[in-house]
Amino acid sequence: MNEMLFPIAVFFAAAFTNNILLTNYLGMCSFLSVSKEIETSAGLGIAVTFVMALTTALNWVVYHLILVPFELEYLRFIVFIIVIAAFVQLIEMVIERYSEGLYFALGIFLPLITVNCAILGASLFMVIRDYSFITTFFFGLGSGIGWFIAIMAMAGIRQKLKTAKIPVGLDGAGIALIIAGFMAMAFMGFSGMITIS
Amino acid sequence: MAKGQLKKTFVTPLGKENPVFVQILGICSTLAVTNKLENTMVMSLGVIFTLALSSWTLSIMRKWIPSRIRMMVETMVIATYVIIVDIALKAYYPEMWKSLGPYVGLIITNCIVMGRIEAFALQNKPMLSLVDGIASGIGYAYVLLAIAFVRELLGTGSLWGIQILGSWWTNWSIMVMPPGGFFMLAIFLWIAREVFMKEADHE
Repeated sequence: MNEMLFPIAVFFAAAFTNNILLTNYLGMCSFLSVSKEIETSAGLGIAVTFVMALTTALNWVVYHLILVPFELEYLRFIVFIIVIAAFVQLIEMVIERYSEGLYFALGIFLPLITVNCAILGASLFMVIRDYSFITTFFFGLGSGIGWFIAIMAMAGIRQKLKTAKIPVGLDGAGIALIIAGFMAMAFMGFSGMITIS
Repeated sequence: MAKGQLKKTFVTPLGKENPVFVQILGICSTLAVTNKLENTMVMSLGVIFTLALSSWTLSIMRKWIPSRIRMMVETMVIATYVIIVDIALKAYYPEMWKSLGPYVGLIITNCIVMGRIEAFALQNKPMLSLVDGIASGIGYAYVLLAIAFVRELLGTGSLWGIQILGSWWTNWSIMVMPPGGFFMLAIFLWIAREVFMKEADHE
């Protein structure tokens, strides 16, 4: 594929055909517990997109400029998680200092993000698929946006579901999983368009 | 006292307080590998190993960990054990290591590990925490293995890579694709809730 277009293709593939939540099941925990309200879902979705795009790029730099030259690739799990945790902490302090409104909107979600599988997952996929720096950034951004789309759609459906009669045993997480299954089927409809490798 | 307590610690995570059914923890990283029984088995063993040993380690260290940085310490310990799993797998079972891809590393962010450590290991003695770790791991593993059993059987007509169903069987390819995992987990959750809720009513 054209060198220039590849990052763009990866971006769309990450957001739709290879949606990190619906095809790789990453970030399920917060997806199931937070998707009850549209506002909170939007807040978490934006925070995830932001952190994912930047930490994936940051981890690329750390991996290729520090770990690979020193042959420390096996330490990548520990290093990636430290980078993510430190980055999240830093962002939290910065927005607390400079933007009160943003802090109240996103602040409570930031600690949740450190243990969000999707963030670490994006960094690990980036290593396995051997992306270039630009591609990595677009991949992180696309994955974040894909996660945002999925959680918003789920929150919208769940708000409508409040009035529905659901079997007792299926209420809550059960029905959310079934909806996620249907959403995954819908997203599979995109799969003929772009494939990611 | 010790023996009864040990037994109780071992049994509760297997049934009534199963981490998957009751707390819906930790499905993130592992549901993805449940389309093959063999992958699920290896992954489950990895989770049990990490969960048991990091519970044990952190329980020994619990008095010296300042509570402000405790999440960081927990993550470090978990990551160390995951690296051991990753290296061992790469050395002894490279094909499996390849097909599991990033999911071994994702055990670190598996909520079940952090959840059991926060809820149990930091308040209890090392031995008890080790038992709790193993039991929670097994409770988690058997749910995933059950899901993988159904998915592989219906999706490919085989189990553990061996063809079981004859040529008359039409593969349900949806089962090995992502939606199948969501549906199977939802169905298991439903059954388990109904069963355990009935038991709770009787008591």
